[in-house]
Amino acid sequence: MNKPIFGLLLGAFLGIFDGLTAWFTPAVRPFLMGIVIGSTFKGLIGGLCAGYFAKKVHSVPLGILFGLGVGMLLAYGIAAMPSATGEHYYFAIMLPGSVLGAVVGYATQRYPTQA
Amino acid sequence: MDWLTNSVIDHLREAMDAPDLTGASYVLGKELGRGGMGIVYEARDTRLGRTVALKVLSPLAASAEAVERLWREARILASLEHPGIVPIHDAGMLSDGRAYYAMKLVEGSRLDEYLQAGPSVLELCRVFLRICEPVAFAHARGIVHRDLKPENIMLGKFGEVLVLDWGVATALGESERPGLVIGTPGYMAPEQSEAGPVDARADVYSLGNLLREAVGTAPPRALRSIVKRATELDPARRYQTVAELSGDVASFLDHQPVNAHRENWLERAARVLGRHKTLAWLIVAYLVVRVLLFFFVHP
Repeated sequence: MNKPIFGLLLGAFLGIFDGLTAWFTPAVRPFLMGIVIGSTFKGLIGGLCAGYFAKKVHSVPLGILFGLGVGMLLAYGIAAMPSATGEHYYFAIMLPGSVLGAVVGYATQRYPTQA
Repeated sequence: MDWLTNSVIDHLREAMDAPDLTGASYVLGKELGRGGMGIVYEARDTRLGRTVALKVLSPLAASAEAVERLWREARILASLEHPGIVPIHDAGMLSDGRAYYAMKLVEGSRLDEYLQAGPSVLELCRVFLRICEPVAFAHARGIVHRDLKPENIMLGKFGEVLVLDWGVATALGESERPGLVIGTPGYMAPEQSEAGPVDARADVYSLGNLLREAVGTAPPRALRSIVKRATELDPARRYQTVAELSGDVASFLDHQPVNAHRENWLERAARVLGRHKTLAWLIVAYLVVRVLLFFFVHP
């Protein structure tokens, strides 16, 4: 498995997981399916980008930073869209999205060993 | 008499012991050390223009047996070409009848001196692996060192690690005079101290003691298990080869399971986390962010 594919799969998996954590917020529970789908898609794109970056640049610190940046950017794109109540949940979406982006950035640098 | 101080006596002894290098292509330098059998000097090889270490038989050890021992040591060194074993350049007899051999002069510190600087356990393990390489190499060529101890390990200025003093090394299967004990108390294997036949496992025992001394009194449990297995009194219960011993130390360094140690679930988790420290911290960061968002940011 090459790094972009690995990043895509890992990003999607973590995106599903991150989306499901919305269940702990009762106010957004009715919109859980949409959140999970959006989060999965975000993770998929971010993972693919991180994997491609890892294929070109072999540096764990840079990989983490890149993943964090891409995760933050994609999370901002989603957070910028108003919710059903018209509110924006920047912190709630961007913070965990950034950290998960960093996780994918790290993982694609370390694994798999084949580019 | 007041003028016969210790330093004067030492100086006189050095002068009396100094070899006669007439006819040899060496110029004598300072004395580097002395053992029971020989004295090691720094010397200048005038033919090749380099500084060497010259090991000369002590005047008090001028017997045929001592000469044969020195030649055997020289032959062993000549047969073991390895970066971790001091290469021998020359051997012969001086004009005063004393046998000698010339070897590479190693500049650096002995392992016992290095240990006083208090290096980390991980660094010590890396150095230990470097010590195992020439020993395993010698075993593969049928030679057992029999006197492995910190004083016989040199750490060079450029990070090289060399095993010195193969003076009591023996070929596997060779036996000594009955009852003759060869080695250093505290490091030699029980079978060696009982003047019994020794094999590579005797060096494994010495390396285990060396590792025990290097890592101190409170090493990680896996390392303690490695030391325990290497220093088993029964050779059959020890690591059978230096490669097995160094393999376990390498596994420890790599956060892999160690054969000598049966870990509990907590140790296993700590080992896995140690191997993936960055990932563990990132996951912790994610969970902390989630918890903080749950408690402080409610949509």
